[in-house]
Amino acid sequence: MKEELLKRMVKGPDGVEFEIEPLRDYYCEAAPTVMHGAYIKIVEDMFNWARSESIWILGFGTGCGAIEMRPLMTPRFDAYRYGVQWRPTPRQANLFIISGYLSTKTLKRAIRAYEQMQSPKYVIGLGSCTINGGMYWDSYNTIKRLDEYLPVDLYIAGCMPRPEALLAGFVDLKKLIRAGKGEGANLYAEKFEWYKANQKRVIHDWDMPDYNW
Amino acid sequence: MRELHTRLKNLFPLGELTEQRPDLTFVTVPREHLRSLLLHLRDREGFTHLVLLTAVDWLEEGKFQLTYLLCDRARHRDLGLRVMIPRDAATMESIHEVWPTAATYQRELREMFGIDFPGSPRLEEDFILEGWNDIPPYRRDFDTKKYAEESYGQRPGRETHDPATHMKQQLYPGEA
Repeated sequence: MKEELLKRMVKGPDGVEFEIEPLRDYYCEAAPTVMHGAYIKIVEDMFNWARSESIWILGFGTGCGAIEMRPLMTPRFDAYRYGVQWRPTPRQANLFIISGYLSTKTLKRAIRAYEQMQSPKYVIGLGSCTINGGMYWDSYNTIKRLDEYLPVDLYIAGCMPRPEALLAGFVDLKKLIRAGKGEGANLYAEKFEWYKANQKRVIHDWDMPDYNW
Repeated sequence: MRELHTRLKNLFPLGELTEQRPDLTFVTVPREHLRSLLLHLRDREGFTHLVLLTAVDWLEEGKFQLTYLLCDRARHRDLGLRVMIPRDAATMESIHEVWPTAATYQRELREMFGIDFPGSPRLEEDFILEGWNDIPPYRRDFDTKKYAEESYGQRPGRETHDPATHMKQQLYPGEA
């Protein structure tokens, strides 16, 4: 673990010494909880309809698939007409597109970013690499099955899928959310121990809190 | 490049010469003369740019080959210097004072091949891999496939076809 993350004594500008523990001081370690739906189905359905029309994507490209998202921001493919837009921070996003291969180093950042997003949140696995490793099936540092580490709502197959496939994916995701099946965040909370165990099995230098938001 | 080689040969004990292209030549150098040769090439011969520093694992011979590729931008020519070092407890003199960029290559080589460069800045820090717990992955005795299967596990249902027979069946279904 890096030295700046260790528990240690520091001296403040006023000369007073105090103890800091960065992994505990700056984060809330409380595990995620399951968010229950509205008290009546018709209200929950309305919420889901509204959620499906507000898909804000985290602008985090993990692999070569990120290049397929750029044309969607142009007039040619224009994803914005579907109510989809990209945001620069996880705090403002509710859809995480894992765009292509995910190395264990990036996985660590992806987990942090996912946990910092606000619920209800969704994950799309883009490209073969997220499904079974794709052309990186025998790579020493690329994960093979994304759904072991993050709750995936939808996979888009291809190497790489065209922007049109992504648009079709958005439409399918909207259908899932409207049908009340976009429950990834709750699944993550329910099977939190299982996800953490899987994540820690491949990330050998775990230097962050178990749940960071 | 030939006359450069002749000129250098009078000054340094050079080894085997390989002319890849008219503007790209490789030459083997004993490791104790590498530093003075690099300085000579940089300051006297116009090879001002270190293009890359990389390694080749000659597992059967028990050696690592380090390749220092230099570029003479004015005359549009490249010269690669090959240095053979023993593979066991591989260590090499750092050249980060000659080219500061070499420090980055040396960090990479230490992580991916396990070659030590004593004195090179930030050598101990993780470069690409984080928390690596096996032998360096670019060494040829590292079994990538076995490591991937043990660490990650494949999704069931994945099939692998031999490309030749698969394409034969696809193109000529009756004959195969």
